[in-house]
Amino acid sequence: MTRLELRGLVAGYEPGLPIVRGVDLSLAGGEILVLLGPNGAGKSTLAKALAGLVPVAAGTITLDGASLLDVPAHARIRHGLGFVPQTHNIFAALSVAENLAVAAAILPRAARTSRIGAMLAMFPDLAAARRRAAGLLSGGQRQMLAIARALIASPAVLALDEPSAGLSPKLVAMVLAKLREIAVGGVAVLLVEQNARAALAVADRAVILVEGRVAHEGAGAALLDDPHVAALYLGGRAA
Amino acid sequence: MIGQILIDGITSGAMIGLGAIGLTLTYGLLRFANFAHGEFATWGAYLAMLGAGAFGGAAPIGALTFGWPLVVALMVAMALTALLALALDAALFRRLRRHGNAIVLVIASFGASLALRSAIEFAFGPEPYYYTTDIAMTLRLAPGLRATADQLVVLAAALVLMLAMHVLLTRTPLGRAMRAVSENPDLARLAGIDPARIVRATWAIGGALAAAAGVFLGVTVQLRPSMGFELLLPLFAAAILGGVGSVPGAMLGGLVIGIAEAAAVPLAGAQYRAAVAFVVLLAMLLVRPRGLFGGRE
Repeated sequence: MTRLELRGLVAGYEPGLPIVRGVDLSLAGGEILVLLGPNGAGKSTLAKALAGLVPVAAGTITLDGASLLDVPAHARIRHGLGFVPQTHNIFAALSVAENLAVAAAILPRAARTSRIGAMLAMFPDLAAARRRAAGLLSGGQRQMLAIARALIASPAVLALDEPSAGLSPKLVAMVLAKLREIAVGGVAVLLVEQNARAALAVADRAVILVEGRVAHEGAGAALLDDPHVAALYLGGRAA
Repeated sequence: MIGQILIDGITSGAMIGLGAIGLTLTYGLLRFANFAHGEFATWGAYLAMLGAGAFGGAAPIGALTFGWPLVVALMVAMALTALLALALDAALFRRLRRHGNAIVLVIASFGASLALRSAIEFAFGPEPYYYTTDIAMTLRLAPGLRATADQLVVLAAALVLMLAMHVLLTRTPLGRAMRAVSENPDLARLAGIDPARIVRATWAIGGALAAAAGVFLGVTVQLRPSMGFELLLPLFAAAILGGVGSVPGAMLGGLVIGIAEAAAVPLAGAQYRAAVAFVVLLAMLLVRPRGLFGGRE
């Protein structure tokens, strides 16, 4: 069942200077859709427009049939959209537990403790570091905390902007495995990535953006095996 | 003598710290130095004077120079000054935030400061006022160590308010949200926090604490239209010393400035008291510009 749908989305930081130029996307529950493309293609801008951090000039964004366009960024999590930015995605001065508590504050009081407990169970590394300042966490732990923060309100859609950036291959594999686990739980995952090979390995579908438009679309494994796509966007012929 | 300097310094430092909390919170959230913040202390002090007069002339409490009407008036003045701060933000700063940059906001705060101070001077005149004409008798706490009951109560009340502020920031959803917005407003929005609500809470809390500082200053010294403006330099020094945006830093910075000012009187002369905050401020900017607790660029 389609959860998230983008139709003719045009978005950019300055009026009259669109970076995303008419993108159509749809995403079903339990699916991982990877958004790939060269630098400047508009991947991160699209993700930020989805989160309400970049103005939308035209087009529609609907989540479970309801438009998000008039929903301010701070209310989108209540409408079922969780977003993990690429950088500065944790509150470094707050402890791990406080990061989770900040995000859990939108839940009914009775549900907060159980959801924080569920996140700590899902990410055991965080449970061990719950009293530590988040700024002192390792790169992998930070990404886990950022994902836990976005998941705590049980969103229908989880969008992530390059969660593998700056992580070792082992940690990238761990983060992507966790995203697969999250998708299996029914969450629709939109993954913006530069690390194409690793992302395509876990993707159900992939979309390649070029200059703000969809250039290619297909199953993750198929794109990985497509010599044309591999040559243009994956740094050579796929193995 | 050192004990006496500490008592005097901590009392005045606690008042400076209270005022500096609002200043540092406003800067942390809105990224501008509000030069009108001292006027909240002035307005709070004068509103409490009006309130204490309206609530009647009850007898002083124990060895204090004031009675229950001033205690009730303090709470009313804190609430009214919180409303004043919210009104100032709605009428002036919120509009400028949409279109202007930090410099525009700072200049606007200078204008607001002048207007608020002039309004008090227009209404009450330039002469000083006192909450009471009773003479505050000093109590002998230890050999060579004296303080008035007013000083001790003001110190205790200021410390209680600081502790309450610490608890608010570390133990409540509102406080955590304030810290989150201060650190990263965009991420806070993604976490479901409405920044406008947090900005309103910050103005209200900052205004209320400044009003308390003003009333405490009125109790231990006197009320003058320029009292808040003169408090501004120590407030900024405390906020910068502690690290702009850091509430524990503002509290500690206030205490350090208060003690330094009190120490300046016997060591260098009373005429240099006001210069001490400036010296400490300069020294801190040279040695550690981020302040004691400052972690952000």
